[in-house]
Amino acid sequence: MNTIFDKIWDAHTVAIVPDGPTQLYIDRMYCHEVTSPQAFDGLRARRLSVFRPEKIICMPDHNIPTLNQDKPIRDEIARRQVETLYKNAEDFGLTCYPIGHKKNGIIHVVGPENGLSLPGMTIVCGDSHTSTHGAVGAIAFGIGTSEVEMVLATQCIFQAKPKTMRITIDGTLNEGVTAKDMALYLISKLTTGGATGYFVEYAGEAVRNLSMEGRLTLCNLSIEMGARGGIIAPDETTFNYLKDKEFAPKGAQWDAAVNYWKTLKSDDDAVFDKELHFDAADIESMITYGTNPGMAMPVNSTIPDVGEIGQKALAYMDFKIGEKLLGKKIDYVFLGSCTNGRIEDFRLFANYVKGKKKAENVIAWLVPGSWAVEKQLREEGLDKILIKAGFELRQPGCSACLAMNEDKVPAGKYVVSTSNRNFEGRQGPGARTILAGALVAAAAAVNGFITDPRTNRQKS
Amino acid sequence: MKAITLLTSTCVPLPLENVDTDQIIPARFLKTTEKAGCGNNLFRDWRYDKNNQPIPDFVLNNPNYKGEILVTGRNFGSGSSREHAAWAIAEYGFRVIVSSFFADIFKNNAMNNGLLPIVVSEPFLSDIFAAIASDNNATLSIDLVNQTIINNASGATETFSINAYKKECFLNGLDDIDYLLARKKEIEQFEKKHNRY
Ligand code: SF4
Repeated sequence: MNTIFDKIWDAHTVAIVPDGPTQLYIDRMYCHEVTSPQAFDGLRARRLSVFRPEKIICMPDHNIPTLNQDKPIRDEIARRQVETLYKNAEDFGLTCYPIGHKKNGIIHVVGPENGLSLPGMTIVCGDSHTSTHGAVGAIAFGIGTSEVEMVLATQCIFQAKPKTMRITIDGTLNEGVTAKDMALYLISKLTTGGATGYFVEYAGEAVRNLSMEGRLTLCNLSIEMGARGGIIAPDETTFNYLKDKEFAPKGAQWDAAVNYWKTLKSDDDAVFDKELHFDAADIESMITYGTNPGMAMPVNSTIPDVGEIGQKALAYMDFKIGEKLLGKKIDYVFLGSCTNGRIEDFRLFANYVKGKKKAENVIAWLVPGSWAVEKQLREEGLDKILIKAGFELRQPGCSACLAMNEDKVPAGKYVVSTSNRNFEGRQGPGARTILAGALVAAAAAVNGFITDPRTNRQKS
Repeated sequence: MKAITLLTSTCVPLPLENVDTDQIIPARFLKTTEKAGCGNNLFRDWRYDKNNQPIPDFVLNNPNYKGEILVTGRNFGSGSSREHAAWAIAEYGFRVIVSSFFADIFKNNAMNNGLLPIVVSEPFLSDIFAAIASDNNATLSIDLVNQTIINNASGATETFSINAYKKECFLNGLDDIDYLLARKKEIEQFEKKHNRY
């Protein structure tokens, strides 16, 4: 009567500290340039080496420019951070995919697409969106830099066992409704703190029917409702996705692995600390109107009464209670991030803008989540469709998702963004973020204003 | 890390809810490769205007409020996992942070950096804010051994919970890595049976 979470957790429990946390063994750790330098310095200060170097993968993603990646980074501090990662990887003998490497990209895109993240694993990274990897059926969660140091030193961390929650979404999604809409819908129902203390398993027909890309999007956003992570039991979709990936097991080992992975599901009589049920038919294309991802609504709806607490957010966005956002002029569109920077997102976007033209008032940044995504979209000819519609492709990285590089949205400007956070200043000081899925972003990009992609309103 | 057993201090009040990590330390300060210096950028955009001039209204710029305890509204520290948020608060000089609710990762990060997060009830929190509002020298006392927090102005007391292991760490000034390193043998033994990945 165990949940999938319990099964994986128990298989990685080295010990339980009396009256304390669980000592959990970690199968895979990813390190990026922002949250790791102090951890490596900590190792040096304690005169330690990395305990299991083969289980650690490093790559820069947060700071990297999305143009001219072959040239040195102009921002000196960013460059130093990236070079520090390279040096740390070298000093400690770790695999590193540097800027421009064919396996470089946003960690949460690169890990799954190379089979580095596998079902049944425990996966950590000094990054809250590590929850993404849960989509392959792993326990994956973000950790702090002190914990990165722990894993480097001992391949273990201490964790209090979270409570478990199952969110079941029955039925089928409406036409034009994506995994991103599903996630924004859930966060708007649960609020940004609604799953705090829980590890969420997503289940139900609508979740089963999601592609791997869609599942990655859904798990990615778990953290935005406060959850430690999200997980989806591996099934044929997962196995088909992982088969033949570079780091996935091969031959007889693959068969053995799949046999094991098939046992990774919640037992019929598994007990969750909390169970929630939703109906996929209730989910519509979503956008956010405030400054946290929970302030989301159907794209054709009006801003609800947010009470006094929400007023600050609306003032920041320059929106009003009762206002309709359909038709609202926007300035920027960002397609990318570990939420929606995958091949399917580019397919959706390209498919929508095909034969149309980018609105003149819109600056659009289309940033693939990895070089592999970039390559694939070229192979599929999506780049040509995008260019023909007046768009330009950028080079992979986190980019405008957190605006650590040069892709900053100016103060007061509106950006329809497929990323995951609409916090004040997240995409540039004073920037006003409207979160949405790739389809809503595409519709906004060709019309220059917020549009419901399902009504397919075209630019006249 | 510095041990905490008993602590009495005046407080810095920040009666706002949902203060997220971007507010605590904006992303543009994450480019540092060191911990030192984060304290200067704590609440940067609330503390300083565009010309880097202190904004007098903000509580950290108000000389009437100081102390080792930061008191904040519910849901403090949501957002990213950046540990810089905890470093910034700790380096600024806070040792205890009181709220009615903390985001998970932030809470962990705080404890890993010798910053003790204490969760109190909503009424107890309002009571603290009221006490500070009527006297900026109002103090709180924390007794970690007995897990109690006292609002000295009103005399109200509440107990708080903390996991027994973390409590030991705070009382002794020890960190997790010290503990894990002592257990390398067990880890190697575990690896022998756990060889799937
Ligand atoms: S794309 Fe955004 S959310 Fe994802 S890892 Fe990069 S900065 Fe974080």
